[in-house]
Amino acid sequence: MKAETLIDDIDRRIIRATQSGLPLVPQPYHAVASEADISPQEVMSRMQRMLETGMIRRIGVVPNHYALGYKANGMTVWDVPDDQVDDLGKKIGALEFVSHCYQRPRYLPEWPYNFFAMVHGHDHSEVEQQAQQIAALLGDADRGHDILYSTRILKKTGLRISG
Amino acid sequence: MDELDRTIVNELQGGFPIGDHPFAEVAARFGIAEQELIERIDSLLQRKILSRFGPMYHAERMGGSLSLSAMKIPQEDFERVAEIVNAMPEVAHNYARDHQFNMWFVLATETPQAHVDALKKIERETGYPVYDMPKIKEYFVGLHFKA
Repeated sequence: MKAETLIDDIDRRIIRATQSGLPLVPQPYHAVASEADISPQEVMSRMQRMLETGMIRRIGVVPNHYALGYKANGMTVWDVPDDQVDDLGKKIGALEFVSHCYQRPRYLPEWPYNFFAMVHGHDHSEVEQQAQQIAALLGDADRGHDILYSTRILKKTGLRISG
Repeated sequence: MDELDRTIVNELQGGFPIGDHPFAEVAARFGIAEQELIERIDSLLQRKILSRFGPMYHAERMGGSLSLSAMKIPQEDFERVAEIVNAMPEVAHNYARDHQFNMWFVLATETPQAHVDALKKIERETGYPVYDMPKIKEYFVGLHFKA
């Protein structure tokens, strides 16, 4: 799917008007409409369409997981046979403590891991238990793994989409 | 956080409706007034329990490129490199991690070419190779944190 063809100037105006969030007023889509200079009906039908096509993943709240006590953020990385990674990826992605799950390239010999699952726990021991659950699901497909903990946030900005 | 805050955090991760009076719609489900829901979300944002409220856009589906990269930086040079990487507007997040690959950042660019250019610039200015780790497949992205 080529994305550029799916997004036009009106979509871009909606994106610009909502990228810092939805206005906290009783009629937020009407507020977006006046900001983007289009009708509320059009804002709502366009955003509905962007949800259906996956251009908007979802509309809702994003919790700050540190504030909720999820202080241990572990990037678990796995060396899994390439012909099994798709099946296993779907299984691991369905675990409720996994927030992101991807196949990525290896850089042999220093980086043998082709499968990444980001997990979140209250402390390192919880993250280690979660990694054990993943290892159990992978079985023999786990040819080696590691957990990389974040020690410091060096930079964090919202995703900016320029119009 | 009280029970109502928890309900808001837990329930609204799943989705917020599109409609003429969406806050009123959700508030009715929670058995509270529209204005109370608005004020609660505002307060959760201000207290930084929520980092965002609104649509989450999928950058790649809009033609943009969002990609993870890693670097191996000697400890004594780490701060200098972090400064260079953080100064790039294309770098959306950057994390230090406890591994030989100790710097992990996400580049958000509008085109694949801008992504390549940004990586080259980082290599040139820092003097270290960048290990580009674009996703080959995405199996799941979602956040369900229980408050």
